[in-house]
Amino acid sequence: MNKKGSLFHISKRDTLPLPKALLIRGGILVLALVFCGLITTLLTGQDPIAVYRTILKGAFGSPRRIGVTFRNVAVLLGISLAVTPAFKMRFWNIGAEGQTLIGCLATTTCMILLGGKVPHALLIVISLAAALLAGAVWGFLPAFFKAKWNTNETLFTLMMNYIAMQLASYFIIVWEVPKGAGKIGIINQDTRAGWLPEVGNSYLLPILIVGIMTVLMYVYLQYSKHGYEIAVVGESQRTASYAGIKVDRVIIRTMVLSGALCAMMGFIMTAGIDHTLTTTIVNSRGFTAVMVSWMSKFNPFIMIASSLLLVTMDRGASEVASTLSLNHSFADILTGIILFFIIATEFFITYKVTLRKSSRKEA
Amino acid sequence: MENITKRFGKVVANNAINMELHEGEILSLLGENGSGKTTLMNMLSGIYFPDEGQIYIHDQPVTIASPKDAFALGIGMIHQHFKLVDLFTATENIILGLEGKLDLANARKKVQDICDKYGFDIDPDMKIYDMSVSQKQTVEIVKVLYRGADILILDEPTAVLTPQETDKLFTVMRNMKADGKSLIIITHKLHEVLEVSDRVAVLRKGEYIGDVLTKDADQQSLTDMMVGRSVSLNIDRPEPKSVTTRLKLEGLTVFDELGVKRLDNVSFEIKAGEVLGVAGVAGSGQRELLESIAGLYPIASGSVTYYAPDGAAPQELVGKDPMDIRKAGIAMSFVPEDRLGMGLVGSMGMTGNMMLRSWRKGHSIFLDRKNPEALAQRIWQELEVVTPSTSFPVRRMSGGNVQKVLVGREIAQEPSVLMTAYAVRGLDINTSYTIYNLLTEQKMKGVAVVYVGEDLDVLLELCDRIVVLCGGQVSGVVDGRTTNKMEVGALMTRAGGGKADE
Repeated sequence: MNKKGSLFHISKRDTLPLPKALLIRGGILVLALVFCGLITTLLTGQDPIAVYRTILKGAFGSPRRIGVTFRNVAVLLGISLAVTPAFKMRFWNIGAEGQTLIGCLATTTCMILLGGKVPHALLIVISLAAALLAGAVWGFLPAFFKAKWNTNETLFTLMMNYIAMQLASYFIIVWEVPKGAGKIGIINQDTRAGWLPEVGNSYLLPILIVGIMTVLMYVYLQYSKHGYEIAVVGESQRTASYAGIKVDRVIIRTMVLSGALCAMMGFIMTAGIDHTLTTTIVNSRGFTAVMVSWMSKFNPFIMIASSLLLVTMDRGASEVASTLSLNHSFADILTGIILFFIIATEFFITYKVTLRKSSRKEA
Repeated sequence: MENITKRFGKVVANNAINMELHEGEILSLLGENGSGKTTLMNMLSGIYFPDEGQIYIHDQPVTIASPKDAFALGIGMIHQHFKLVDLFTATENIILGLEGKLDLANARKKVQDICDKYGFDIDPDMKIYDMSVSQKQTVEIVKVLYRGADILILDEPTAVLTPQETDKLFTVMRNMKADGKSLIIITHKLHEVLEVSDRVAVLRKGEYIGDVLTKDADQQSLTDMMVGRSVSLNIDRPEPKSVTTRLKLEGLTVFDELGVKRLDNVSFEIKAGEVLGVAGVAGSGQRELLESIAGLYPIASGSVTYYAPDGAAPQELVGKDPMDIRKAGIAMSFVPEDRLGMGLVGSMGMTGNMMLRSWRKGHSIFLDRKNPEALAQRIWQELEVVTPSTSFPVRRMSGGNVQKVLVGREIAQEPSVLMTAYAVRGLDINTSYTIYNLLTEQKMKGVAVVYVGEDLDVLLELCDRIVVLCGGQVSGVVDGRTTNKMEVGALMTRAGGGKADE
């Protein structure tokens, strides 16, 4: 076979001291940006600095843009926080998309059917309760089947997405305004019934809510008994049983929580931001959230940075498309490259790669 | 004359090792777990590639970059875990993966010849699933011989065998030696070393300590070489005091997920103030037995009755899960076989693992971290656990330290029943003796100690009574002080029907 052995030697590192690990991460990020610049120049002939500047301008160019960017960060972060307990439990919940959408649908239902019939404040409470309930059900079903019959949760949660999607399509047609438009439009535009109140401006409320949620989730995962149970179940179900943890109960409880929180983000989107329901309202953020959660190693505070990065790139993409007349997908390519570097960093932080000393005879 | 010299730099597993294997000899490679025996041999058989150093065979420098290269050079390794296709016959397994035209009849004849030549006792047409562990091992050895190996490496071959089967294996090994083959046997059982090998090479912490002719060595001198200083090899076994029944098992029967009967009408008593040994070939129902008692295994029929030390009314344990058992006020400690997969959470530190037993305490929704932290500190000090901190993930500690954490935590629960499964597997001699002493200490405190073990020598030295399991049935209960290895060995293979040897 081969006569010289492999060229590289890969070995596991001892734990890196934190400053060094941070340094590596920072270095890789710079490297990623430089690489992106190279790609940009090679493929489009554009000045990479200009592209980056355009991206930043798109995301933070005006107070309005800053507001929208941070509100989008809040939504993505909220959904990421919601999926985190499930993933920490190693429950492969890829149903956040559906769980969020069903929250939007429940909110829409309440706003349309009860708008004008009950006081505003009460309507908001009812909408929130309905959304939480719907999300809880969407989380409960796959967890229950998993706990009782060990069904595959990935497939189950994925299929639940389609059910939510189809339900949303159906009711959009039922409630379409005007008839034949195929969409609902802004709900209760005149009365603003069921709309979340504005705090200061139209961006701040979701940001505040998710900010509080971030802290609570951190405390829940890190310091509560539930958090401990989730961590143990995620590591080994056998260890969990051994320690007297009721695994089935923890799985169901955590997924109910996860689903309900997703739906709460759906409620915020429909009642507080978009004031409508479309089948694409969640816009794949249920899936992006999975990435945010894993990339941040389930740490709520790191998730803030991860969400910010992704949203900035996404917002910048539109600006790049219009100003520099590049395809909208070009920013996606850059996002992909940056993510690739970030994920690869983890490899270099965990393992050490050394070139083999070629003192051996070469044949 | 074969001259194998190897050097490895920097990598801790094996450090600059020079070793020779002569033609027609049996060399024992002796060392504690983690001393680098298997790593070294894996480099000979092409699984790992040395970072530095050179291997010579018949004075020729060779490069072994894959198992295929190793085979081409006549080196064959028999691993601890067999790699056989259950549905195939012995012959089919032996020729599996060989290139060239498939000629079963011819192959069968060749297999039979090899068996006759060295005294192997297998039927070439027998399916693997009908075979006992020792027969499977034989197939692996024949497989290596079939490929023309002159150098055989056996990685802890006796770990899965009864004393009788071990004797048989040794006979075959001597036959192979007489035929001019060279054998390396990896082991950490001293009496086997003395029995079968011509020369002993000792490794310690990746260093080659030296080699001695077996006839010049004895147990004590070899242990001293392995450990690096003089150690006492006696287990203290004080007479048990005030022995009372703590747990009574009656007609315990369990089935696994596939409906296979794992325990068959098992009845015996576990007594406070003594160490009860459980012996048996691996997979005879030891795991199921302990997990059933601990409330972790579904029980089909039978009962487990608990008699509390304070004389309270007896309680039935069947139908209770671990939390129920604890709530019933029964302090049952369990050191399971699968330390990181069941007894501990690998990614957490010592403190997080202490919480496995205490997380539930108190009414607050928040965890109490203070007491587990204090306990972790105490165990860290008292058992001399080697770890940088109490938050260092236990998965990254060495096996012995992992076990200290687990045993330390379980004993700290002040149990009335302490069950241990293979408590010293993979541990160095010093840690093993620490564990034996801890168990004996518990016994003298009036705890009912259960010790599931695989090393008969230790069982005979440590336990007051020994229950022998065979195929899920109790094949005998013997007195640890009066029985001997042959008696226990015979019980290990008796009863159980189809799977018994010969």
